[in-house]
Amino acid sequence: MEFKTFTIGGVHPADKKITAGVAIKPLAIPATVTIPCAQHIGAPAEIIVQKGDKVKVGQLIAKANGFVSANIHSSVSGTVKMIGPVADVSGYTKQAVTIQVEGDEWEETIDRSPEIKHNIDDFKPEDIINKVHDAGIVGMGGATFPTKVKLSVPLGKKAEAVIINAVECEPYLTADHRVMLERGEELMVGTQLIMRAVNCENAYIGIEQNKPDAIKYLTDLSAKYPGIKVVPLKLKYPQGSEKHLIEAVTGRQVPSGRLPIDVGAVVDNAGTAVAIYEAVMKNKPLFERVVTVTGDSVKNPGNFLVRIGTPISALIEAVGGLPEDTGKIISGGPMMGKAVTTTEIPVAKGTSGVLILPETLAHRGEVENCIRCGKCVDGCPMGLEPYLLAALAQRKNFEELENNHVTDCIECGCCVFSCPSNRPILDFVRFGKQSVMKIIRARKK
Amino acid sequence: MSNLLTISPSPHAKGKDTVKSLMSGVLIALAPAFLFSLYFFGIGALITTLVSVISCVLFEWLITKFLLKQTPHIADCSAVLTGVLLAFNLPSNISPFIVMFGALIAIGVGKMSFGGLGQNPFNPALVGRVFLLISFPVQMTGAWPKPIESRWQYLDAVTGATPMSYTELGKVNLGDMFLGGIGGSLGEVAALALIIGGIYMIVRKIITWHIPVSILVTVLIFTSLAYLTDPEKFANPIYHLLGGGLLLGAIFMATDYVTSPMSAWGKIIYGIGIGALTVIIRLWGSYPEGMSFAILIMNALTPIINKYVKPTRFGVVKTK
Repeated sequence: MEFKTFTIGGVHPADKKITAGVAIKPLAIPATVTIPCAQHIGAPAEIIVQKGDKVKVGQLIAKANGFVSANIHSSVSGTVKMIGPVADVSGYTKQAVTIQVEGDEWEETIDRSPEIKHNIDDFKPEDIINKVHDAGIVGMGGATFPTKVKLSVPLGKKAEAVIINAVECEPYLTADHRVMLERGEELMVGTQLIMRAVNCENAYIGIEQNKPDAIKYLTDLSAKYPGIKVVPLKLKYPQGSEKHLIEAVTGRQVPSGRLPIDVGAVVDNAGTAVAIYEAVMKNKPLFERVVTVTGDSVKNPGNFLVRIGTPISALIEAVGGLPEDTGKIISGGPMMGKAVTTTEIPVAKGTSGVLILPETLAHRGEVENCIRCGKCVDGCPMGLEPYLLAALAQRKNFEELENNHVTDCIECGCCVFSCPSNRPILDFVRFGKQSVMKIIRARKK
Repeated sequence: MSNLLTISPSPHAKGKDTVKSLMSGVLIALAPAFLFSLYFFGIGALITTLVSVISCVLFEWLITKFLLKQTPHIADCSAVLTGVLLAFNLPSNISPFIVMFGALIAIGVGKMSFGGLGQNPFNPALVGRVFLLISFPVQMTGAWPKPIESRWQYLDAVTGATPMSYTELGKVNLGDMFLGGIGGSLGEVAALALIIGGIYMIVRKIITWHIPVSILVTVLIFTSLAYLTDPEKFANPIYHLLGGGLLLGAIFMATDYVTSPMSAWGKIIYGIGIGALTVIIRLWGSYPEGMSFAILIMNALTPIINKYVKPTRFGVVKTK
C-alpha cells in the first residue's frame, strides 16, 4: 500500500490511541445543559428563546448572525432556566442558554429510524447547503468553521476535489476513528452530499496508517460509491491540518494567505460529513457529537455520543472519575487542545476529546538557552523559523515578523514539541501573529 | 489530588530531546573514535582527554558561578563535549598545561564571554585549538606521536610527521588511514570510527546529513579536479577525505548547533563553503591542515546565511 504525506516539517508524537477499540456509547443526558451561542468561528448566534420557554431536542434556540455564523439548537428537551454569560473552553465568558432537562422529547421532523438513506438525487445543491446551514453544522475537527460557507463555492472558483479529513493526527483522540468504523455508510453518503453540493466528482478520504481497520473498511465500502477514494497517509503530525492534508492528497500547496478552494479543494472532517448526512437525510440538526474521553491513568477511557452543552464533569464521571494524579484537563488533543480551568466547561460542537494528563506531564520543563539546533525549523510544517519569530516577537519587531510570514503559523505546536530547551516559542509567536494580524486589518481599513 | 489544575497554552506534549540528551548523544558518537585513539596513542590520549574535559567543565563552572554570578549548567554536558572535541584536535603528547590553557581560551573566550551556551558565534573547541596552534606551533604540529609504538609513552612519545604534510603524502597506506594507524591529532586518525559516529548521529536525528555530506562532496570534487589536472603536484582525493581533521571537522565540529546555519539550504551552503576553503588552504595555503580555519570562517558567516537563506516556505512562491 502506498502512503502519502506532506513535504515540509512535521513531528512524530507517540499516538497513544488507547480508546481506538472502544465502541461509541451514548452518554446519559445530564440534569442541565449549558449551550454557548459562540461555538463556531465568526459572529455569535443570536439567542431567540427566553427564560422559562419550553424547548424540544433539535429546536432552534439561537440564530446564525451573518454569513460566517451558525445556528444553535437545543440538545435536550426541558425548560430554559437561565440566559447569561458562562465561561467556555477559551476561559472567556460568553452568552449561553442553560436548560433544565425534562424527558427526551425530539422535534417531530427528525427522522430517528436507523435506516440508512441513499436518495441523494432528491436534493439540489442549494437544498443541501440550506439544510447544512439550518442544522448549524460547523467543522467538527476543532476549527469550527461554519460548513455552509465552505460548501458555498465562490463564483469563478471550481471544486476539483472533496477531501474528507479522517486523519485525526492528534494523539489520544479516536472519535473520528470510531465514527468511520461504526458509521461508515453515513460517512459515504455524507461525502456524496458534499460532492453534490459543490458540484465535484472526486472525493478522497485521507486516513493515517495507524488506523488500518478504518482504511480497509472504508476502502471496501467505497467500491459502492463511485468517485470516492480512500487515501492512506503516513503517520505524521500535523497531517490533519487542512493545508497539509490537501498537499498530502493532491500534491498542491494552498498559497500563503489563500483558501483551500483556491487550489480546488473542499475539506470537511469525517464527523462533519456524518453530521451533513444526518442534517440532509434525517433532518437532524447538530446537537450531539462523539467525544473521546481518555488519559493514561483514566480508569475506563472511551468514546461517547454526547449532547452539546453537557459539562465535561459528566464525561469524566463516565470514565470512572478523575484519577488521583490528575494535573491538567485538556479539551481536545495534547498538541492543540486547550487546558480548561474547571470541569464545568460545556461540550461544544468542536469538542473532539477530553484528555486528562497526570501531574507529571502537566508542567513545562525548565527553560534553557536556545542552542540554535534548528529542530524547530526542521519541524515547522509551514517552513517558518520559529526561533526567529519568537525572538522578533519578544522585541516587538512586527515589520520583520510580517516579512518572515508569521501570519502563516498554524499554531500546531511542532516547534515547542521539538525544542530540547523547553522554550515557550509558540507563546511568543502567537503574540506576534495576533499583533501583526491586527496591524494588517488596520491597514486594510 | 490537589484541586488545582495546571493551565498553559498548547502544546501539552513534548518530544524526547533535551539539551543533555543531544549533547550526550554526540559524546556517545565520539566514543568509537576515542576507543581507537586509546588503542593507538594509549596513555597520552587518555591523559590529554581527561585534562581537557576536566579543565573545560571546571572553567565553565567557575566562570558561571563567580564571574557571571549565575547557576552553572555543567550537567547539560556541553562543556564536556567541548573538552572532548578540543582534546581530539590535539596531539596526544602535548603538555597538560598547554591543554589547560587551551581549555581556558575555549570556554572562557570562545563560549562564556559571549554569554554561554547558545550565544557564541564560533565553535569554542576550535577557538581553543586555533589559539594553541598559533601560540604553540611547535608543540601543536612539530612532532606527532607514532601510533601503537607510542602507546605507553606520554610526553616523551616516539614521533613522526602527519601525512598531511606533503613530504609524507603517498607513503601512507590508505587502509591505515581508514583504520587510524597514522600520526595526527588524537581523535582524527580513525576515519572508520568517525564515520560510525556520524551515522549514529544522523540515525538518532542529532544532526542532519546536510553539513557533513556537503563538506565531503565539495572536498571530493575540488581535490579530484586538482588531482586530474596535475597528479604529480596534488594528492589523491582519497587522502584528502580520510586525512587530517576533515572527517572529525565535517562530522563533529562543523555540525555544532550553535555556530551552524538553521535551514537545510543554509547548511548546504555552509558545508560547501567549508569544503572549498579547506581545499584552498590545504592546496595553496601555508598550513597543511585547513579545516579549523575553514570552519571558523564559515561560523562567522552563519548569521548572514541565516538572514538570507530561508527554509522552503509552505505555499510561498518566490516572486522577483
